[in-house]
Amino acid sequence: MATESSYYVPEQSRLPIFATIGMFLTAFGAANWVNGGSSYIFFAGALALATVLWFWFAAVIRENMQGLNSDQLKRSYVWGMGWFIFSEVMFFAAFFGALYYIRTFTLPWLGGEGDRGSSNMLWEGFQNTWPLMVTPDQAVSGDAAKVVGPKGVIDPWHLPLLNTFLLLASSVTVHVAHVFLKKNKRQAFNIWLGITVVLGAAFLFFQVEEYLEAYQHLGLTLESGIYGTTFFMLTGFHGAHVTLGTIMLLIMLLRSVIAHHFKPNDHFGFEAASWYWHFVDVVWVGLFIFVYVLGA
Amino acid sequence: MGFKRLFAFPTVSAFASTAFAQETAQKAEEGVARWGVNMTQGVTEVSRTTYDLHMLIFWICVAIGIVVFGVMFYSMWRHRKSRGYQAAQFHESTLVELAWTIVPTLILIGMAIPATKTLYDIYDTKEADLDIMITGYQWKWKYDYLGSDVSFFSNLSTPHSQISNQQPKGDHYLLEVDEPLVVPVNKKIRFLITANDVIHAWWVPDLAVKKDAIPGFVNESWTRIDEPGIYRGQCAELCGKDHGFMPIVVKAVPEDEYHSWLNDRAEQAALIKELTNKTFTFDELYERGKKVYASTCAACHQPNGQGVPGTFPAIAGSKVATGGMEGHMSMVVNGSPKNPAMQAFGAQLNEVDLAAVITYQRNAFGNNMGDTVQPIDILNFKNK
Amino acid sequence: MAHGPKPGFTRWLYTTNHKDIGSMYLWFSFAMFLLGGCMALVIRAELFQPGLQIVQPEFFNQMTTMHGLIMVFGAVMPAFVGLANWMVPMMIGAPDMALPRMNNWSFWILPFAFAMLASTLFMEGGAPNFGWTFYAPLSTEYAPPSVTFFIFSIHIMGASSIMGAINIVATILNMRAPGMTLMKMPLFVWTWLITAYLLIAVMPVLAGVVTMMLMDIHFGTSFFSAAGGGDPVLFQHVFWFFGHPEVYIMILPAFGIVSAIIPTFARKPLFGYSSMVYATASIAFLSFIVWAHHMFTVGMPIAGELFFMYATMLIAVPTGVKVFNWVTTMFRGSMTFETPMLFSIAFVILFTLGGFSGLMLAIAPADFQYHDTYFVVAHFHYVLVPGAIFSITAGVYYWLPKWTGNMYNEAMGKVHFWLAFIGLNVTFFPMHFVGLAGMPRRIPDYALQFADFNQIASVGAFLFGAAQIVFLFNVIRTVRGGKKATDEVWENPQGLEWTVPSPAPYHTFSTPPVVR
Ligand code: HEA
Ligand code: HEA
Ligand code: HEC
Ligand code: CUA
Ligand SMILES: [Cu+2]
Repeated sequence: MATESSYYVPEQSRLPIFATIGMFLTAFGAANWVNGGSSYIFFAGALALATVLWFWFAAVIRENMQGLNSDQLKRSYVWGMGWFIFSEVMFFAAFFGALYYIRTFTLPWLGGEGDRGSSNMLWEGFQNTWPLMVTPDQAVSGDAAKVVGPKGVIDPWHLPLLNTFLLLASSVTVHVAHVFLKKNKRQAFNIWLGITVVLGAAFLFFQVEEYLEAYQHLGLTLESGIYGTTFFMLTGFHGAHVTLGTIMLLIMLLRSVIAHHFKPNDHFGFEAASWYWHFVDVVWVGLFIFVYVLGA
Repeated sequence: MGFKRLFAFPTVSAFASTAFAQETAQKAEEGVARWGVNMTQGVTEVSRTTYDLHMLIFWICVAIGIVVFGVMFYSMWRHRKSRGYQAAQFHESTLVELAWTIVPTLILIGMAIPATKTLYDIYDTKEADLDIMITGYQWKWKYDYLGSDVSFFSNLSTPHSQISNQQPKGDHYLLEVDEPLVVPVNKKIRFLITANDVIHAWWVPDLAVKKDAIPGFVNESWTRIDEPGIYRGQCAELCGKDHGFMPIVVKAVPEDEYHSWLNDRAEQAALIKELTNKTFTFDELYERGKKVYASTCAACHQPNGQGVPGTFPAIAGSKVATGGMEGHMSMVVNGSPKNPAMQAFGAQLNEVDLAAVITYQRNAFGNNMGDTVQPIDILNFKNK
Repeated sequence: MAHGPKPGFTRWLYTTNHKDIGSMYLWFSFAMFLLGGCMALVIRAELFQPGLQIVQPEFFNQMTTMHGLIMVFGAVMPAFVGLANWMVPMMIGAPDMALPRMNNWSFWILPFAFAMLASTLFMEGGAPNFGWTFYAPLSTEYAPPSVTFFIFSIHIMGASSIMGAINIVATILNMRAPGMTLMKMPLFVWTWLITAYLLIAVMPVLAGVVTMMLMDIHFGTSFFSAAGGGDPVLFQHVFWFFGHPEVYIMILPAFGIVSAIIPTFARKPLFGYSSMVYATASIAFLSFIVWAHHMFTVGMPIAGELFFMYATMLIAVPTGVKVFNWVTTMFRGSMTFETPMLFSIAFVILFTLGGFSGLMLAIAPADFQYHDTYFVVAHFHYVLVPGAIFSITAGVYYWLPKWTGNMYNEAMGKVHFWLAFIGLNVTFFPMHFVGLAGMPRRIPDYALQFADFNQIASVGAFLFGAAQIVFLFNVIRTVRGGKKATDEVWENPQGLEWTVPSPAPYHTFSTPPVVR
């Protein structure tokens, strides 16, 4: 609740309208691109958006260092980040929900079980299994099928397990870094944050490995029926979030190392990035259980 | 006074609708039900229970409306500033608030009980005397009488000239088909409902059956019709351009009539099979093809063969229709590899009709290819 | 900080002021209302008579789709955000929104998103034509190429809504003046707080479902295709998980507005303030577990059917509490009937009628007869037009003097009200009849027995449209001048917004007021 006597309302700003234009070009360009047009608009837009956001964050940091930000405004940033992460949780929930629905309802029905089991008359010979190696299309059309299931799936106990360790460890290291920051141990903070970034990058490296394996050897692709669909959409969006999170943490590291930002009692930029990182980590645990372990 | 009119509105309309309903019942007998204002009572037990449920809830809502709006209009009339009324200042009462939470809950429970019963009844598709598979296509229905050879498509039969207002509209404008679904009365009929392309919904109000037809899945529903008659319905799920033009006509007949109809249909099917080996003249094929084109292809490619730019290609001057025969047959029999809207008609039309429509397309609309294709060619193509 | 707005158009482009942004939202939404309304008029003109007269079926479907999308995402939602921008900071004694630059960003995305959406009308194959609910596979395998642009415009629209909602949550939770405890907040603020949570929870799900479509269309995935093990019904579940809360997003702020207006003109405090808050929260909670009532005919297992039927029926209870509270607020008040009050009273009556038809739809076996007919169209226009649109209109009349410093023309306001009220009922009431008699929705042409009521409805639509011109004229006149409004405007209205001068200064509450 407001106790402060004055509140800093930023002056007019060009940032939002430029960000809008960047965002619009990105969206329009993406649509144009996937519809078979050129990709230039998309990249121009994405670059513009990234640039504007860069300046935007720079402005926020500058204002904070000038002491313009009241405690109240800082709390608004905290709320903003918190609810942004919640919205991301709901985005993932849509995809986890889809996976759940497919496995509990759709596939049994197509395989002839339950209330809509008569659906099996359209897909004679189709059996409900998970992972789904033989799609309904294959069960009916054999070699002429357009949607062909994968030949194999990723073994959870190799790369994914390793990746689980990497991400869990990185959640710990980012926390340790935070503790050192609060104790004003700058050197230790930088090191632990650095380790986190490396762990994040390592995770991404192994995920790329895994995707290559899937595409090149297992025939597991976006197009290999609902297993490939849910597998790549869930892990893919997660991977995109890890990428973003790693970039965020890297920027925090550079801010600390190069510009000596952050004070023991005032470092929300870092804290927001670390929250985001923990969130990404939690999603991974969900993935590891529901996609990898229960999916193999 | 303005607000008198307000008051009159909900109650008058409630009473008006019952008065209208009686009037409708009379008009319905005359053929065309004009000013229809209420749900049909239909011709099955389920449709009658559904109607009763509908009316029950309707009257409960009317009663609640009268009480709530009654109080409201009373205070709008009595408690006006212009009458010098002084405002009271009360603003809560736990007792009253509790009461108007509990009472509606009880009313709702009262509604839920009959609704639940009816729902169980509707869901009980067991022990049917007859199974019919219904498949929705853009934009027609296919009926398969399971356990017999009888299977056919049912297309809108209202001529295009009526739709485009060049001719006066008939009594059953848009609610008439070339081949109705024929079923026996007093038999439990199970419908297995699916679709070939997008989602449709099979709905006949008089039977109180509405079920979505979903590609790749089979939904079940059932009916038992009491009286012989013709019952009309429509597709009830947006399924593309001609969603408004895919009616359903059910013809319920006494059992023996149904059986003789079924035998006739089976014989016809056998006849067509024989025709496959016959060699047709150009004119025979062209004339037959013209009819098939009008009923099956014109929805997309348009009666004049010009198509819809950007959506459906023209047949007039089409590269496929004026190119090699193989390509043309493949397009029609197997459908387009690129666009699922151009379906595989090989499974929908018999060889004779396929040969006819291809011949027609190659020679109509100024295509003038001069060649013909025979049913046997289609058969050979299919078997390749 | 005491300076006023910058001159010139950069004031609007670069602004961080909640009042400027609020005005832009409101004007934008009105423009979209006219655009969506014109599309409705195309629909109504085509349906004036049986037969195809004005448009072809494929264009008709585009009109229906765009009308629904534009009204929901372009007219109603931005209008409520505009009102929130103007009123929430003033009602809680805050100097501005919590995150003013992001506020500007949220707004400016919208014109771009809708320009992209509207541009699909001129693309090859035409605009989206699969209904505002865009069911797969009609919207995936069978869609025109413009669907991709539709998907991306939904994405950025969603980003705008999420940012707007986060801003409102932060403002309400963080920026209240000293003494403004949660249970002292005006109901408009409460309803918006809860609406903002709904938005944050469901807009990402909408983004998810359009992303799945995008993948199915362009990247060969099988979400909605049985051949690969997917399910078209999955689309509907995900869509309606968003879609049902969405319809409450369009009504909860309306409840807040009406709860502000009725006490003022009844000269009596709102009855049952705290039960109003709890009722709003219960409605929001229930809205997450009723989605499949839009899907009774897809062939769900009976247990699902029953669960969603019971849960949906339950919503009548908290909504009833609200209706009873409003009526009791009027009871033994000392009422006058200025334009905002007229719209609010019409809201209570007609929204309740729409609620009743909603309850009828909730009865699953009966819904088998109602579903996808004009009965549904009648239901949702009763809750949306006299619900959302009337409440917004009432709010605009109620606060316009505060915004502009001038009184609107009362006589013209009454003319607007009566034209709109009559036009609306003439348009939408007959739709109940044709729906029950068996007319499906989303059809460009219909059987002869539906002709008479359709004709009446079409006449009503043009009348209702004409009423909006009166509104536009009245608002413009008031912005330009007119009788000066007092600071309180009405007789002893409650709330902090009435303690500042009219027009409200560019910056209000730079020093927070103290609320007893
Ligand atoms: C503002 C938007 C809004 C609101 C508030 C509502 C409110 C309700 N809606 Fe509606 N609805 C829509 C917008 C809205 N709806 C839209 C847009 C669609 C169609 C989407 C599409 O397909 O395109 C739709 C469709 C729709 C359907 C699907 C119909 C179908 O497609 O077959 C159903 C079914 O249950 C339904 C039910 C309800 C119910 C039970 C309420 C309840 O909240 C109503 C509660 C209110 C009352 C009941 C009145 C007041 C209460 C009392 C006076 C208390 C006492 C009363 C009793 C005990 C009876 N709605
Ligand atoms: C908040 C939402 C909202 C609002 C306000 C409206 C407002 C109106 N709606 Fe709409 N409607 C929907 C939401 C809304 N609708 C949705 C979600 C659907 C479902 C879509 C789907 O099926 O996918 C729908 C569908 C729908 C249909 C069914 C279409 C079909 O099934 O094919 C119809 C048919 O009559 C209709 C009519 C109208 C009319 C006449 C108005 C009127 O209230 C509009 C009034 C406004 C104006 C007329 C414009 C203002 C005036 C001028 C520009 C001046 C010029 C005018 C004159 C001189 C007369 N709407
Ligand atoms: C539901 C809509 C629809 C119906 C009905 C339909 N078609 Fe088509 N047709 C299409 C579409 C879409 C294409 C374009 C396919 C493509 O781009 O590969 C097409 C393409 C064709 C072509 C190739 C035209 C060209 O130049 O590319 C021929 C020939 C054809 N159809 C014949 C028929 C015949 C014969 C029938 C009826 C038995 C028929 N079509 C019914 C939608 C339809
Ligand atoms: Cu088939 Cu609508
Ligand atoms: Cu709903």
